[in-house]
This record gives sequence, C-alpha cells and structure tokens, in this order.
Amino acid sequence: MNAAPAQTLTDRVTSLAFDEHVLHAGFLGEEAVFVMAEGAIQIGREMPAFRPHGDSILVVASDGKRIVTGGDDGKIVETRVDGSTTVLGDEKGRWIDAVALGPDGAVAWSTGRKAVTREGKGKMRELALPSTSQGLAFAPKGFRLAIAHIDGASLWFPNTDAAPEVYGWKGPHLDITFSPDNRFLVTSMQENQLHGWKLADKGHMRMSGYPGKTRSFSWSHDGLWLATSGAQAAIVWPFAKDGPTGKAPRECGVRPAKVTKVAFHPKSLVLAIGYEDGWVILVRFTDGAELLVRAGGDGTPITALGWDGPGKRLVFGSESGSSGLLALPV
Amino acid sequence: MADKIPVTVLTGYLGAGKTTLLNRILSEQHGKKYAVIVNEFGEIGIDNDLVVGADEEVFEMNNGCICCTVRGDLIRIIENLMKRRGKFDAIIVETTGLADPAPVAQTFFVDQDVQEKSRLDAVVTVADAKWLSQRLKDAPEAKNQIAFADVILLNKTDLVSPAELAAVEARIRGINPYATLHKTQKCAIELDKVLNRGAFDLDRILEIEPAFLEQDDHDHHHHDHECGPGCTHEHHHHHHGGLKHFHDEEIQSVAVSHEGDIDPEKFMPWINDLVQAEGPNILRSKGILAFVKEPKRFVFQGVHMILDGDLQRDWKKEEKRVSRIVFIGRNLKPDALREGFLACAA
Repeated sequence: MNAAPAQTLTDRVTSLAFDEHVLHAGFLGEEAVFVMAEGAIQIGREMPAFRPHGDSILVVASDGKRIVTGGDDGKIVETRVDGSTTVLGDEKGRWIDAVALGPDGAVAWSTGRKAVTREGKGKMRELALPSTSQGLAFAPKGFRLAIAHIDGASLWFPNTDAAPEVYGWKGPHLDITFSPDNRFLVTSMQENQLHGWKLADKGHMRMSGYPGKTRSFSWSHDGLWLATSGAQAAIVWPFAKDGPTGKAPRECGVRPAKVTKVAFHPKSLVLAIGYEDGWVILVRFTDGAELLVRAGGDGTPITALGWDGPGKRLVFGSESGSSGLLALPV
Repeated sequence: MADKIPVTVLTGYLGAGKTTLLNRILSEQHGKKYAVIVNEFGEIGIDNDLVVGADEEVFEMNNGCICCTVRGDLIRIIENLMKRRGKFDAIIVETTGLADPAPVAQTFFVDQDVQEKSRLDAVVTVADAKWLSQRLKDAPEAKNQIAFADVILLNKTDLVSPAELAAVEARIRGINPYATLHKTQKCAIELDKVLNRGAFDLDRILEIEPAFLEQDDHDHHHHDHECGPGCTHEHHHHHHGGLKHFHDEEIQSVAVSHEGDIDPEKFMPWINDLVQAEGPNILRSKGILAFVKEPKRFVFQGVHMILDGDLQRDWKKEEKRVSRIVFIGRNLKPDALREGFLACAA
C-alpha cells in the first residue's frame, strides 16, 4: 500500500455518519451543510434534518448563502441558512437534470430537452435544447447561461431574443464551467476527456488522457488553475495566458486510487482531494506538500467536498454517508 | 463491492403488451422493489415503485465505431438511482415500440460507471401473436427486437388459431432460434422466467443450442415449466415435428461448431477483425470455445462490435471439447463465417 502523507490533520477531523449517499457537503454561512441523495438536508448540528423534495434530491448548487436543489419530484427548491425554503420551479414530476446559481438570486435548471432561467425577482425564461443537458453554468459576468449538451455547448443570454451561440465539438458533454476571468469555457465529456473553448475566438482545447470520466472540477482562487477528477491524481490544468494547449498539467496527490472529488481552497493554492477509496488529502500547490485528512474511513468513495468562505473548515461526505468536518489550525 | 443491480430491458412493438407485463411485474406479490424507467408516464398505475421518465436519447460514442451508440439519458438515470440503492432490488428499462434494443444494451458495456454498479440481465421482447408476422414484414424495428431478445413472450395467443400460432413461432425461430420463448395470454407468466435470467452473464452461458429443440417437446405435454438453454431437467426429444422451418431473408442466425480445440492466437484476431468489419450487421454473438492446452472453457458474448469474454469453468471429464459460436445478424455471410472460424482450429 502507499505511504500516507508525512503530516496529518486527522486529529482535527470530527466524524459524522449519515448512512446515506452524500450528494453535497459545504457551508451556508457558518453552518456545515450536508445534502443526501435520499432527500435529507442537514444544516448545522442543532436543526433537525428536513426533506424539501420527499424521497430524493438529484442535483445541488450552492454559493455559500443559499442551496438550490432539484429533486425527482420535479421541484426546484431554494434553502437558506435558517432552514427556510422557497419552491422556485415545478416541472411536474420530471427529473431535474442540472441546477446552477447566477447573479442577484438567479437560478437555472434543466429537465428533458429544455433549460429554464429564473431571475431573483421571479422572471422566467425557457429555452428548447437540441438534447438533454446535465451541465449548466452562469458566466462570471452578465446574465448569461452556458448549457452543455450533445455535440457542444450553447451560450444563451436569457434576456434577449437572440438565438444561443453554439460552441461545437462532437460528442456528449456532461458538466460545464467558466473560468473566473470569463475567458474560457470547459466541459467534461462522456469519453473521459475535457474540452475547452476560448470564448473570444472559439478556439479549441482538448484535455485528455483520463482513465475515467471527470465529474468534479474546481478553479483555484486566482483563476489560473483548473483541478479535475477522473485519474489516480488530481489533474490540474494551467489557464494563465492562452490556456492549457501545449502545456502539461500538474498531477497532485498521486495515489493508487482514482480521484472522485476536488475542491480548491478559497484563498490559497491548496487543493482538497477525495478518492474512490475514501481517502481525503490536502496538497499545497506551491511545494507539493501533502496533508492527510482521512485515511480511507469505511473505504467508500468520497462524493462531496466543500470549504467554508474563509477556508478554515472543510467538510466531506461519502457514498455510504460516512462524513467529516476538518477544522484547520488557525 | 456490493452486488451489481440487475437490469432487464423490456422491448416489443407498439401494442404487443409491454405495459401489461410491466404492470404484472409491479403488482404481483414478490417482495421485491423495482425501479422502472419508462418512456411515457401515466400508463403505469402503481405508486409504490420508483418510476422514472426517460428521454430515449441515443448518441454515438466518439470511439470511431459507427454502431457504438448508447443511451445518454439512461447513464444519467442509472447513476442517480445508484445513489439510493437500498430503495430497490432491480431495474427495468422499458423502451418505446420503435426502439432498437442495441443502444440500451451497449450502454451497460460502454459506460464504465454504469458497468461498475449494474449489470444487464436480459432483453425481454413481448410479441403480438396476431400481428407479429405482419410487423416483421413492414417494421424493421420489430424484427430487431426479436433478433435481439434473450426471452420472447409470444403474447395474445388466444387471438390466433393453432396454425397461425405455429406459423408466427416459425417466423420467430427463423430469426432467433436461441431465445427462450414463452406463449402467453395477457402476459401471464411466472416472473422468474422473465427476470433474473443472467443472459449476459458469462458464467451462465452453459450451452448454446437452439432453444426450440427443447421447447417444442412441451407443446405436447402438460408441463408447468418451459425450458430454455441451460435448463437441466430431463428431456425426451421425441417429436420435433411441429415447427416448420422458416427462413428470414434479412436477419438470420449462423452457428458453427468444431469438434476440437481452437487456437486463440488465430481466433482472437479473427473475431476482433470480424466485429470491426461486420459489427453493424452482427446483432448478437455468443461462443463457447476449447482453447489449446486450456482446461477451462472460454466463453464470450457480444453486441454489435462490443465483445465480452473470459475463461469460465473447467471442461468436465465426460464433456466433449466442442467449440461452438453463434451469430444473429443482418445479411450475414454464413460461408465466410464458417470458413473463418474453422480456420482458427488448432
């Protein structure tokens, strides 16, 4: 077996058990939040868990102030730190395939072959899609939604009547993200690779070589690096200047287990990495130093990772529900 | 790793009785919970099971193989269902009447995440005894569904005469002699004949003889039990007279056997090249092979260009080392297949 990182933070981890697949782990303000695939949302330790969708939550998005969930009941629900909820949309029993959060309280979701945006004040717009979509992302500037679908992505200004601009690349695109500087658009694909476009000229970038699908990506706080899951290390692509084309990615936290989740620290170049065998480590990007957070636990894959706003605490969750909260030494 | 969840694919042309079978599966007292992936909401009247609407979205994989299509919506739905595993025991995927079963089946071999958590159990096709013969002439989808099936329910037998029934059965056998066939009215059948068949499980490929040799027998007795390949009970092959031979012009099966060993160094490149070249035409393939100096049987099965093979159990002492392969497909070239396979003899 591989050696554990020399330094450990395991004594600073509080273990939590939920007994259900953890879909999302993060924070609402000061409170740790866990969202379960079987429908429960747990905010902090005092408040009892509640179930805004009944039996199942399929997709989650959060910006630290609110959590928006889509369920198999077809509803889109916003939850705030006090546990209050608002139903933002209802697709009448159709599964919600993706949700994303936008500026000023805006939300987007997709179901079947359509995408819907809802502004903070409630104005809704709907777009018919060429295929279903499981990846939505709002641009960092302006009110613009990117939609991943088969054979590319569409960029849509919901408040105009203009047809969405298509960024084409053959094959099924899964998740989607904008670089924080609004210069690049990146998707993960069914065929174990990422695809990127320069927004300005639609120039292509292919990021391949993964043994598995990338289902988690995270931008560094300075926006210069994109960390990705899907290999036996976190693969981190450089996005300074012209992007990753022709440059080799960094490989962080090489272990004999596939990375399932990545989350960059919100203020420094430290990457949290979760693995399919339940391990969680932190890697300091500047010198490659590794810190152990969890040596496997019950061995089920890490399915959720999230930092709080200041970057002092990290929460993680797994397929079996075994979870934890790391409080970093201040 | 926990057990993989079995997935049954339910096909059948419009009106054949798929929904009847589905409702039967869901309403019978069997103590099992099913997650059902359907194309049209509302036809199923059962509340306590998990029913999911699908978009039947087929796409090509970017792997250079044109017949390698998968169901994208299915990948997403199964991934999501697997996050609440305790809630159901098995999954049933209902396809529309016009669907080709191949993309559904291929999804379970092509997508790594789906493959890790679930296994394709069998393709079950419901056929309408009264209208199937007509559909086989005018609807290529109906023919595909028969050719692809592991289990066929020849339903609505009460609406046809015995002669008509024999004729439609002969037509089915002309296309697919290997599926287990059950004659039903209102899809009345014991569910263990439809579910948990292990048709894609290499360990359960025991023999690959045409199923009707065994079944025909039972039309004359009052058995409570219809047999397919793999059935172990005592058979008496007295009469094979009932079934007329029928040859379909387009889809047929080709079986080749060799009484002896096969050279894997020759066979592997041959079969790989064959499915690369002929994959679009080969719907299903299966084989049990005796490799030189290999005490275990090599078994494989395939869907179009996708092959799955492994060494299985030892050849038994009393068992003849016979190597046998079977293809079901469109416009197959029997002579070329035969010559190609026999050239792999050790």
